[in-house]
Amino acid sequence: MLEIAGHQFGSRLLVGTGKFSSADQMQAAINASGSEIVTVALRRVNLDDPDDDILGVLEEDKYLFLPNTSGARNAEEAIRLANLARASHGGEWLKLEVTPDPRTLLPDPIETLRATDLLVRDGFKVLPYMNADPILALRLQDVGAAAVMPLGSLIGTNLGIQTRMQVEIIIAQANVPVIVDAGLGAPSHAALAMELGADAVLVNTAIAVSGDPVGMAMAFAKGVQSGREAFNAGLGMSSVDASASSREAGLDFLR
Amino acid sequence: MEVICNGEKREVQPGTSVDSFIRDHGLDPKNMAVECDGVIINAEQFKDYLLQDGMVVELIRFVGGGASC
Repeated sequence: MLEIAGHQFGSRLLVGTGKFSSADQMQAAINASGSEIVTVALRRVNLDDPDDDILGVLEEDKYLFLPNTSGARNAEEAIRLANLARASHGGEWLKLEVTPDPRTLLPDPIETLRATDLLVRDGFKVLPYMNADPILALRLQDVGAAAVMPLGSLIGTNLGIQTRMQVEIIIAQANVPVIVDAGLGAPSHAALAMELGADAVLVNTAIAVSGDPVGMAMAFAKGVQSGREAFNAGLGMSSVDASASSREAGLDFLR
Repeated sequence: MEVICNGEKREVQPGTSVDSFIRDHGLDPKNMAVECDGVIINAEQFKDYLLQDGMVVELIRFVGGGASC
């Protein structure tokens, strides 16, 4: 079981609710993913289109809504969004994102650490999106982050885990769950994250923009499961030297 | 009188509460976050909190989103 801040979850796949072409498609894909944690964003209500409520289709008791602070460029904006999230839904869970650079959408490490510290003190369960920096992961853990969410590659790029070495160090050092977030574009990327020992992964774009989001959600669920099973079973050592898997003895007749 | 809601001017009658303002726009106050002049108004205050002339009101709710914009 995945355990975050004392809460247990059966699925190690977290899914985002953005970029789907319709609410029905989103609902079907999330259902197929088996996920129990779904991320949502906070935005102004469209006063001229009151029915524009994509989340109306998701059953609130079935999922943990994990609001993000997407769009925040510094700690103050993130904290304002966090407080609005708590006011709108009453929950303390928060995926903290502080991304001042629109080109890379890389998280600002200093503002992320500052916001995490302040929000934890204010009672939030904070899951910060972070660059794959092992020292930053330790600092976030020290100020009370409920999990750390290092990126595999830039958001929305589907480039997979370009930060493998750093993610491995983060996993080896962390006392809180490590959730690989951003850039996972294929079930094999998710499987790799889980094989490395990540506690969970978050996927949005790769499922939402697939030609068949339901099929892709199921494929990601299998990738996550197989990667976790491989991690539990224990992967063999890797080496640059070949090692025959057929025995040497009994070849005398060829020599 | 007039308030600025989500960046747009809106005519409202004096004495309009946050709750009636939301409902008058065909919206459900459930799961909505409201800021008036930068201060968050808790849901239990919606019925009693009255809008004032010139007030800047933000109506915010969850939308689809994964990571960043």
